[in-house]
Formats: sequence, C-alpha cells, structure tokens
Amino acid sequence: MNLKGISIKVHDMSLRDGMHPKRHQITIEQMKAIAKGLDEAGVPLIEVTHGDGLGGASVNYGFPAASDEEYLRAVIPLLKRAKVSALLLPGIGTVDHLRMAADCGIATIRVATHCTEADVAEQHINLGRKMGLDTVGFLMMAHMIEPEALVKQALLMESYGANCIYVTDSAGYMLPDDVTARVARLREKLKPETEIGFHGHHNLSMGVANSLAAVEAGARRIDCACGGMGAGAGNTPLEVFVAVCNRMGIETGIDVFKASDVAEDLVTPILDFPVRIDRNALTLGYAGVYSSFLLFAQRAEQKYGVPAREILLEAGRQKLVGGQEDMIEDIALTMARTRGLRRASAA
Amino acid sequence: MSNKINCAIVGSGNIGTDLMYKLKRSALLEPVWMVGIDPASDGLAKARAAGLKTTDQGVDGLLPHIKTDDVRIAFDATSAYVHKENSDKLTARGVLMIDLTPAAIGPYCVPPVNLKAHMGRRAMNVNMVSCGGQATIPMVHAVARVQKVRYGEIVATVASRSVGPGTRKNIDEFTRTTAAGVEKVGGAEKGKAIIIINPADPPIIMRDTIHCLTAEPPRRAEIEQSVHDMIREVQRYVPGYRLVNGPVFDGDRVSIFVEVAGLGDYLPKYAGNLDIMTAAATRTAEMFAEDMLARCRPSTAA
Repeated sequence: MNLKGISIKVHDMSLRDGMHPKRHQITIEQMKAIAKGLDEAGVPLIEVTHGDGLGGASVNYGFPAASDEEYLRAVIPLLKRAKVSALLLPGIGTVDHLRMAADCGIATIRVATHCTEADVAEQHINLGRKMGLDTVGFLMMAHMIEPEALVKQALLMESYGANCIYVTDSAGYMLPDDVTARVARLREKLKPETEIGFHGHHNLSMGVANSLAAVEAGARRIDCACGGMGAGAGNTPLEVFVAVCNRMGIETGIDVFKASDVAEDLVTPILDFPVRIDRNALTLGYAGVYSSFLLFAQRAEQKYGVPAREILLEAGRQKLVGGQEDMIEDIALTMARTRGLRRASAA
Repeated sequence: MSNKINCAIVGSGNIGTDLMYKLKRSALLEPVWMVGIDPASDGLAKARAAGLKTTDQGVDGLLPHIKTDDVRIAFDATSAYVHKENSDKLTARGVLMIDLTPAAIGPYCVPPVNLKAHMGRRAMNVNMVSCGGQATIPMVHAVARVQKVRYGEIVATVASRSVGPGTRKNIDEFTRTTAAGVEKVGGAEKGKAIIIINPADPPIIMRDTIHCLTAEPPRRAEIEQSVHDMIREVQRYVPGYRLVNGPVFDGDRVSIFVEVAGLGDYLPKYAGNLDIMTAAATRTAEMFAEDMLARCRPSTAA
C-alpha cells in the first residue's frame, strides 16, 4: 500500500463519541483540557456534543454533565488552530439546535442518518450549507447496505448541499474490503470536489486498518478518538493512527508524541473503565450492532439478569438502528419474562 | 346520504389514502373528494376506484365544488409547509379542518384525552399532533392523571416504508409538535420527542416508548391501573395498540413500552403509525359530525 504524500484531515471524536463510555458526564474542565491538548498537538477538527449529537440530552440516551451550548461556548474560544464540529441526528436534534451551535462558532456541522434514510436530513443539510458551514452527511451503520445502495443515499446528501460524505461504521463490523468497496464507489460517483470520510469503531480491532483502506480508496477525512475514547471498544485510536500515518508518509499535521501525551495524561485518567475489546464490545463488531448500545446492555444485564451479550445479539437479529436505545431495556424485559426471571406485568 | 356528513381528504399520500378507507366505514362520515397534486398518484387512483371525486390541482381544484357537494369537514394530510394556506381557504368557506400535518395552527386533539373538551369550543381547525403523539400522549396522560410528571419523553420508532416524503421533510416539525403535545395534552411540565426510522425488512411494527419522570416517588399501583385503563381506551379505536412491557419503575422514572399494529387498510399491519393517526382523525370528525347532524335536525337538537 503506497499512500506516501497523501494529505488527510484527522477529526477527533473523543469529546463526542467519547461521551458514550463516560455516560455523557465529561466535565467542562475536562473537555477544555483535552481540547486544548489536541489543539496544541495539531489536530485540525474536534467534535464537541452530547454523544448522540445536539439535543441528545434525554432519558433515552442520558442527561449530560453540561448542555451542548455550555460545552461549545467553553471549548471554542480556547482553540488557536483547531476548529470545532457538532453532530446532529434528525429526529433527535432540530435546526434550532443547529442555529444555536452555529452561533457558538462551530465550523462544521455533521448531519447523521441511518444509511438508508438520507432524505430526513434535507432541511438540516440545506441550512448548514446556507449558513456557510462545512457541511457533512454522515451515513451511519453503513455495513447494513451494499455499496450501490449507499451511493444513492450519498448522492441525496450531496444534492442537499453536503460537501463531504461519510461512510460510518457505527458497529465496528466492517473489514477492510467492505470499507474499500464503499469508499471507492462513493469516490467514483460523487462530485470530485465532494470529500469522502470514514468513521470507524475498534470493536474488531480494525480501526487503523479500515482507516488506511479508506484513505487508499479515496477518503480524505478520517475520524479517530484520542486515547480511543468512543462507544463500544472506542473509535480508531488517534495517536496510533497518526503514528502509522507517519511511518507510511501520510500527512496529518499532528504531532504523534503530543497526541499520545493527551491520550495518556488527560483522556485515560478520566475513563470510568478501560475502553477495550471485552466480550460485549466484541459482540457489537461481530454481530453488527450499534456501538453505543454497549453500556445500555450492561446496565440491563445488571438490572434484569439477562447476559448483555445475548441482549446485543437479539438487537442485531431485530436489526435495530442507531437511536433505539429504548429497545435494549425492552429486549431485556421480554427475555427476563420468558425465562421466568421476572413476573409478567404487561397485558 | 342525508344522515352522513360529506368530507374531503386533502393529500393523496399514505395518510390520506389510509384515511379514505377508515372514512368509507364510518356511519357518520362520507368521503366525497380526494385532493392531490400529482395526476399519477396511487392514492388518487384508489380514491377514484372507491367512487370519490378527485382533483390533481390541489385545494384550488376542490373549492368550486364545496357548496354543490356540501363538503362540511376536510382532512389535511399534506405537509406542515402548505397546511396554513389549505386551511385558510377551506375554513373561510365554513369547512371544519382536521389537520393531520404537524403544522399545529389549531388546538391539539388526542381523542382519549381531550376530544370531549373540543366539542364545546367549536374551533374551525383542530390538529391531530402526530402519529407518535397519538401513540404516546395517552400514556403520558395516564401517568400525569395520577401524579405530577415533571418531564415526559417519547421515542417513536416507525418502519421506513411507512414514512412518506411529507413526513420526512417535516421531521423537525414532528419532534417539536409532538413535544408540545406531550406538555399541553399529556400534562408533562416539560416534553421531548424523538423519532427513529428503521428500514428492517420485513418492516417492524411501530414501537413507542414513553418515559415519565415524576416529581414525587411514583405511586406504582395507581399508575399501573391507569396505564391499563388507558390502553383499553385507545384499543377502542385502534385494536392493535398493545402494552409490550412496563410500566417499569426505576427511581422517579416510569417507562412504558407499547406497540401499534394497524388494520392493514392501505399499508400492511406494521404501519400502525398511519392507523393511529387516521383512526384518531376519524373519531374526532365523527364527534363533530354528530354535533352537526344534531343541529340540522331540529327535532333532536338540544
């Protein structure tokens, strides 16, 4: 694989996807310290939002330690070079949240839909572009459809005004060939000026390998998380990916030692548990299940006595999509009832 | 026909077409017109086959016929963006408007909660909130009528195939209108709504989760009773409305998990989101129709 001289933009996820393993409890002070460290390390773009995007504060996904607005207003003014992005899932957040985030000074809005449902993002992508933001369409759980079907959805997002389209491996299920097939097909069919991005999860330990496959197939934005702090077994670990890029001559503009110091000194100490490929995170990647279901399944296991792994496998069988966290408790309740672990209370 | 009130359906998409089948079965309502904008619409073809008059010229195509065909009630199943214009044209001519878009310019109506309260008011435009609202607000109310709900949140998950282009363009209006309905009709101090679209094949039956946070510790037995009573109320007009799990009590959180299977009139049974909306709109219109019929028969008028 010869990728020497290719220049890419690495986008940090630790302060957004990393909110999942932290149950959205990263404090403003912790965010400020990590963001500052990433800025000094040369990370060009940092995502800051509730783990489920703008407006994610809820019973269903968890109430965060501070509001999206408080996080954004605290972090953005601190940064010398790095820009900040926000995530928005139509159906959870609205254009009102987008306007608020733009007022806080975000440079990038990423509008995320399930990989087959791009047309719910029209009003949000339109507005992002109209406001002059770097506007990204983010196609989640992209392993669930064939490359050809993904292209159709990407073209819709491009037609609404997205200047960058992501292949998002929300379940950490893809293998490098899956990434290559999707990114290459998008690269072929989208306008040459439309960028392609890849967002990986490390559930099968493929984060770095998949990101390289994406770069080789034409992606120029790669999502990573400093210290790997993200949902499931985390995202592609930023400092590891940057080190590999350095070895291969891919230009990221990021200082690998400074980035690994942020991971070691600022990110790892705030973790509530090691973000790693335990049996449940492995199950996510193996069965193709949305990575942020992990803690919900573990909590349901504790409450209802049904193994988290079995809950996640059932979530995979039911083809749940991102955002259906409520169904984790529902599955656990039904399993517990049918196994006689819980009295029947439903009619 | 003198014992039925003539109705027009504006919008020939999923909701409008499903509504037509419900109205055809009504003892009080007679659908006489369906209005679309696309001559090739499947809904308009089905309406013609069912004996309705149709126009593909939008509401303007209907206006000249309102008097001659004695249209007294119109249902708007288009989109939030065009609803106000449609409504203004029709209500100016004395037609009562039942709004199935999330435009919500009129008061919200969720039949098992507040239909009776609407009868005395004689508003010319009532809004049906949203499919997610119809499926969840009765449950929020079931908790709120027992004790104070400081926060109500609903998650509506629908099959991708049951979500038409109008709803997709209106997704923000859906969340805003539903959240407002959770507060104003459900009785929660603060409301939030989330909608998820799932493309699984075979399509999933509509699922709704209702989370309430109570101000004081939840009174379990009373809430359980109230929830089961309300389920039966909704089942009177949506037989496929079913409690799957809960109420679950976790500290001050009360969570209720329901499923809504439809009758399979236009789209198959999975699309309970269509049915609960069209069935609620039909029930609402029938109450108004009873009132109209009573008033034009002096012998029985109150």
